[in-house]
Amino acid sequence: MPKTALLVGTRKGLFVLESDDRSDWRMRGPYCEGWPVYHAVQDPDSGAIYAAAASEWHGAAVWRSADLGETWELSSEGMNYGDEGPRLSKVSSLSAAHGRVLVGAEAVGIFESTDSGESWSLLTTLDGTPGSEGWNDPAQQPPGHLGISWTMPSPDDPSHFWAIVQGVGIYETTDGGASWTPRNRGLRRDWPAPPNEEIGFCVHSLGMSPVDTSRFFQQNHVGVHRSDDGGLSWTEITDGLPSEFGFASAVHPHDRDTFYVVPLDAGHGRTMPDGHAAVWRTRDAGSSWQKLDRGLPHEDAHLGVLRQGMAIDSEDVPGLYFGTSTGQVFASADEGDTWSEIASYLPAISSVEVAVIG
Amino acid sequence: MAELHLPATLPPLFVELPRRLEVDAATVDEAIDRLDERWPGLRDRLCQPGPALRPHINVYVDKERGDLDTPLAAGSRVDVIAAISGG
Repeated sequence: MPKTALLVGTRKGLFVLESDDRSDWRMRGPYCEGWPVYHAVQDPDSGAIYAAAASEWHGAAVWRSADLGETWELSSEGMNYGDEGPRLSKVSSLSAAHGRVLVGAEAVGIFESTDSGESWSLLTTLDGTPGSEGWNDPAQQPPGHLGISWTMPSPDDPSHFWAIVQGVGIYETTDGGASWTPRNRGLRRDWPAPPNEEIGFCVHSLGMSPVDTSRFFQQNHVGVHRSDDGGLSWTEITDGLPSEFGFASAVHPHDRDTFYVVPLDAGHGRTMPDGHAAVWRTRDAGSSWQKLDRGLPHEDAHLGVLRQGMAIDSEDVPGLYFGTSTGQVFASADEGDTWSEIASYLPAISSVEVAVIG
Repeated sequence: MAELHLPATLPPLFVELPRRLEVDAATVDEAIDRLDERWPGLRDRLCQPGPALRPHINVYVDKERGDLDTPLAAGSRVDVIAAISGG
């Protein structure tokens, strides 16, 4: 079995947890000089690790390591909107596929690197797409800032991918980012619709089944939703969950009907309901949900998990992992049935992703 | 030659970048250019488009608050300070 590694992005740098058997874990780090790391991924083809980070002092950049974290370099060459453009405050969502790395930015934009992270170029600001007219107008923005919080490449076609614009919704491009189409039909919102009803949705996380690329799932601000047509239309599958709100989700690598979420209270706290830690799983595409809490704390555990805070490996019996806003990492080597705490005292965790070593 | 003093957060980002070094430059902007020539990418760590110094980077020239266009004299001391923040 290849060694499994977890890339854990935190408020104080990147940490790597490694295991030969998904039972005993060792930790390395912090890396990236303690910069806040919003998301880190491994390029499945090259094995390189990329970490999207933003320092209060030194700005946003993507760190890269070709040797699984032993040595690091960073670059933000080309990663800006020009002297007259909006300010780039952070980069926060990475994907690597087809020899290219994409990173989503705030203000709204996607930068790409085709030279293994040495330099970057602006691929798109989604300018001209429905909703984009208000993105950079502070008066029209919700609290905080808008950015690209998720990019999801097609496994087959380098010019085909999806992006989430925070508070606006999912967009799809089939021409490498030249044009974009909103893909939010059937989603729910509990706030007034904007003039264009195709947008105005708050999608927190998005996943595609590796065994059926027309099967998508998402955790939304209001509900969990499934698509059976590659995101063209959505059906709500929230019934049976303790809360419609959550950030993180994970798609089973081998079963198109299995999907995981971490329901959270929807108020200001945004932590697990009743202080009882649990991941919830559906095995039937959302018709029913099962609470998975064996080995997780059942009381006084007011844990939050952010949008990129849960990951699943692709072993025959997949391992599931999540990291919390209070610095714990929990792991399950049996698809979520039983859990153990494998890190307890990390800084606040932004992201957890799986990497394979060897 | 001006004498530059860099914040402790900068040298770990670039190979063999010292905390203190001398550069031949007429302004702060030029001094940062000289550093960027030798350590590509360093300008991005101190400046943002505009161009302007990053919000939490301050520069003092001979103990006076400076900016990118502040002139440097022979022997000027330039302190680049990362603002006290974080926790």
